[in-house]
Parts: sequence; C-alpha cells; structure tokens
Amino acid sequence: MQLCCIYRFHLISLQRKTKEMFKTQSLIFAYNDQTSFRFPDIDLPAGEDLLILGESGIGKTTLLHLMAGLLRPKAGSVELMKTNLNELPAGKLDRFRGRHIGLVFQRPHFVHALSLQENLALVQYLAGKRQDSNKIKEVLNRLGIGHKLSEKPYRLSQGEQQRAAIALAVVNNPQLILADEPTSSLDDKNCARVAALLKEQASATDAQLIIITHDQRLKEQFQYRLEL
Amino acid sequence: MNIFKLSYRNMTSRPLSTTLSLILLTLGVGMISLLLQVNRHIQQQMENNVRGIDMIVGAKGSPLQLILSAVYHIDAPTGNISLYEAEQLQRNRLVASGIPLSYGDSYKGYRIVGSTHEYPQLYNATVINGRLWQKPFEVAVGAKVAENLELKIGDSFTGAHGLDDGGETHEEHAYKVVGILNYTNSVLDQLILTATESVWEVHHHEDEAEQAVEPEESHEHETHKENHPEDEEHEHEITAMLIQFRSPMGMMQLPRMVNENTNMQAAVPAYEISRLFSLMGVGIDTLSTIALVIMAVSGLSVFISLYSALKDRQYEMALMRSYGSTRWQLVWMVLQEGLLLTLTGFLLGIIVSRIGLWFVSGLMEADYHYSFSGWIWLREEWWLLVTALTIGLLASLLPAISAFHINISKTLADA
Repeated sequence: MQLCCIYRFHLISLQRKTKEMFKTQSLIFAYNDQTSFRFPDIDLPAGEDLLILGESGIGKTTLLHLMAGLLRPKAGSVELMKTNLNELPAGKLDRFRGRHIGLVFQRPHFVHALSLQENLALVQYLAGKRQDSNKIKEVLNRLGIGHKLSEKPYRLSQGEQQRAAIALAVVNNPQLILADEPTSSLDDKNCARVAALLKEQASATDAQLIIITHDQRLKEQFQYRLEL
Repeated sequence: MNIFKLSYRNMTSRPLSTTLSLILLTLGVGMISLLLQVNRHIQQQMENNVRGIDMIVGAKGSPLQLILSAVYHIDAPTGNISLYEAEQLQRNRLVASGIPLSYGDSYKGYRIVGSTHEYPQLYNATVINGRLWQKPFEVAVGAKVAENLELKIGDSFTGAHGLDDGGETHEEHAYKVVGILNYTNSVLDQLILTATESVWEVHHHEDEAEQAVEPEESHEHETHKENHPEDEEHEHEITAMLIQFRSPMGMMQLPRMVNENTNMQAAVPAYEISRLFSLMGVGIDTLSTIALVIMAVSGLSVFISLYSALKDRQYEMALMRSYGSTRWQLVWMVLQEGLLLTLTGFLLGIIVSRIGLWFVSGLMEADYHYSFSGWIWLREEWWLLVTALTIGLLASLLPAISAFHINISKTLADA
C-alpha cells in the first residue's frame, strides 16, 4: 500500500517536471533530392506560446506537419512531453497526436455527415478519450457557439466555422496546439480576434500554442517569435 | 460516436447513390431468393404428390397431361379408360397396387374425385372429423377445401359437370359431407373425395335422363344390361389408375407393355416431372443469370458510390488521421460502409422475396388451388448472404486500400 503511494507520488512529480515541454532538434525534411528543408531548433519553455513567421514556399506547412508527426523527418527529432514522435510506431503516433496535439488548419474542415457535436464526439473517440457531452458543451459555450450544437458544420457562417475548428483542436485538452495560417483569410479585426481566441483557449486548457503564419499582423501579440 | 455510427452516417449522407445501390441489391437478392423459394416449393409439392406412384395409366394422349391431371389435378383429363382393362393390368404380377380415379366434376372449382380408400392412404391422410365415405354420395373433403368453402359434416352440395366453376350442375345427386381430412400438404388438401360409384351413378343417370327422350333406345339399353350382367364391369369407366410396382422390373416392362398392347397410355411421373423441370429449368436459369448480373451491377454501384465518396472525403479522412485515427480505423470505416450497404440490401431483398412468395402463393392458390406452406430459410440463402457480403467486401476493398494509403500531409496541404 505504502509502496503504491510512493510510486504514484513519483509519477506526479515526473509529470510536473516534463509538462508541456516541446522541442525540435536539427530537423531536416526532403521531398526529393532537389527540395529539402533544414529547420532551426525550437525549445519552448513550459507555459509559453510561439509565433513562427515565414514567407510562402519556405516549408512552413512542412514544419507544422513535422511538429505534429504528420510527416516523418529525414533527420532530427521532435519531442513533446519527453516523447520523441519519430520513435513511435505509426499507430501509436496517431493515438499520441490525437491525445496530446490539437491542430487548427488554414481553412476549417469537418466530417460532412456529422453535426458539430458529433464531430467533437468523434474527435474524442478517435483520441481514445471518454465521450463527454458536457465537455463538448463547455468548449462550444466558451467559444460562443454553444447554440449551434446540432447544426451541420458546413451550415455555419465563416466565423462560426473558424471557432468550431478551434473547438475540434481544444476539446481533448491537448498539451500542444498547432495552428497553420489561422488568420490569413481574415480582415484585421477578425485576425486579432482569432489570435486572441486561440491564445485564450490555449491558456484555458493549459496548452502551449504554436502558430505558423506569414501574417505579420500577429507579430506584436507574441513574445516568442521565430522567423524562418 | 464510433466508427460504425460514422459509417452509417456517411451512408445516409449520400441518399441518392445509397438508394441506387440498395435498389439494385434488393432486386438482385430478391429475385434470386424468390426463384429459390418458388422452385423449392414447386419441387417439394411435385415430389410430395408423386410419392408412391410409379406409373399412371389413362386414356391415350399427352403423358404430361395425364400426369398433371391424374396426380396434380391441374390439367384436364385425357379421357376415360375401361375399368375392366385397368383391373386386368392391376392383376399383373409386377403390380403391387392400383388406385382407380374417376374425376371430371367439380364443386366451386374444387375437383370431385371418385376413388377407393387407398387413395387417401397413399398420402397418409387422416380423418380429423367424421369418417371416410362408406356408400355412394358420401364425401370426405380435403382440409383446404373444407377451410375455404367452410364445409362441415352433414353439409350437402351438388357437383357441377366439368372442372370450371359454373358448369352444368347435377341437381338430382347431392353429395353429403361425412368426413374432413387433415392437412397432408399434398394435392389431397384441394380435393373432394368420394366413392367411385358416385361418379358412375351421376353420369349413368345423366345418360338415362338423356335417353328418356328416346325411350326405345333406353329400353334396349336395359335389356342389354339384364342379359349380360358381367358386361356391367366392362361398361364402367375410370379416368386413370395410379399404379405401384412390386419390383423395379415393373418399370422396365410395364410402361411399354401398356403403351403397345392396350388402349391405355402409361406415363411414368419420375420421368415426366424431370422433363418438366428441365423445360422450366431453362427459364429459371435465365432469370437467375439476370439476377446475378443485377447483383454484380449493384456491386459496381456500391464500388462507384464508395470510391467517389472517398475522393470527396479524402480531406475528411486526413483530418480524422490528424485527430488521432489510425489507418486501420479508416479502412474499417470504408469496409463497414460497404458491408452495411450490402447487408441492408440483402435484408431488403429477403423481405421482398417473402412478399413476392406470398403474392405468388396467392396467385397459385387462385389459379390452381395450390398454396405454398412453410416459410423456410433455405441453405442457398446463406450462400446468397455470403455472396452479397463478398460483393460488398470486394466493392469496398479498393476504396479501403486507398484510405489506408492516404498521404495526410499532402492532402491537408492541398486543401
């Protein structure tokens, strides 16, 4: 009994120490012999957000996909919570991504056949988490679209869709939220709003936020910036 | 929410192509299942009725007609034969038994058959109510007749000449119901049985009535009868006789002997029925082929539906992968969708075939007083299920493989 308690305490302390630690090391990716990318190392302290700025065509999306484990690098490593993504076998990597990483894409996409609530339930299911309708309602309410629960996502307005996409990313309480050009198609006002919303949601779920964009307007909102 | 539910929702989110696939599957499965069922019922009925009958003798004509009329009671008789001649044959050492049948009259479309008690015995019929006939004009009615015409013990009715409803009635000779037979699932259920003598008497008196117009001839007739009492046997006619052989030797010798040396015709049911089935078989084979083609087309339709949906849903699948779905979950999703479609189509097809069977049974009953009984799940229908699911599996295999190999990164970047 006592042994068990000690063991548990040890686990908790271990988690605290490694919580929300994200870093990449000497990442290289090659589509073919001609096009290959080398990315600067990232070492993001716990509790901090990061803005990665870069022009089109220099491998922004590639970097995001590498960080999310959607692509495997030619060399180098991506580490989240002391787990090296590139060492995980395919199936485990999918599960790990589902549980710990939330993705927000440039344009919002959903599973067409399902309602907003079902989309979120599916994301919970895919990550292997308990399907919790209270959690879904809470997230949607926080994003101000709680009343669109049973609506089909493609029937929502542009702004609502953007919020719904953020809901998909945060519903599983990920440790890391990766956003790919979330503001590129928005006007100044909405750009600021979405950025604020993302930061707010990230801090609400205790996650680190990394935004990759060419949108210079976001610059002043982030303390940590990386220019590619 | 789970993968099965998602497959189901994906299926219903494309109502048009799903409906098309389902209609094709239902048609294919329904047709094949209906053919199997009808075939089985007909075959069973035919075999059930011909059990214990090795040969039939009747008037010369078409052997198939003789069998259809004497065994199944669905065709007109070929004519009459002399009882004397039939009884001579009955005495042949190769013959175990012979059951005389006299028919040609009917009551409300149900045939009145004059015979001996051996006839109901042939079908192991039991009397559920009352008794068998003991003297002329007493009848025992088949279960179906009793049910449909609501006949009870003690009821009486008059037969009509001919086999169709509305023939000239034999008013002066009323039949009296003395017994009701139990269900035998054979032609007996559709018959009204009486003594052979009843049929003779009805028609004999009819002759007399006709002859009353020419009294001289009638007189002559009577004297003739008086002078040659044994000739009465000669004059009596029956319509057919069901023969059972003592040994297989009978099959070798008797049909030929009867056909060559007597005024009668011999027909072997086993041979005629297989000939009938081979004639029907052509039609059944054609229909089965058409149904199989329809099923194959339905498989193609499921494939096209899934494949085109896959193209539309490629981003969705990449999205699911990025939210933690494994490759196998996507494969399973696509396969399940195909299987769900074909399974639904199969079930609908079976329902349609049962409705069709009920309908055909109604038609058969109206036209031939034959009905199908027993809703049996055929072994061939398990094979049909396996075939349908295989079609579903094959149709969704290629889309499933593509789902497995989706390049998430590229799909997400291209969108």
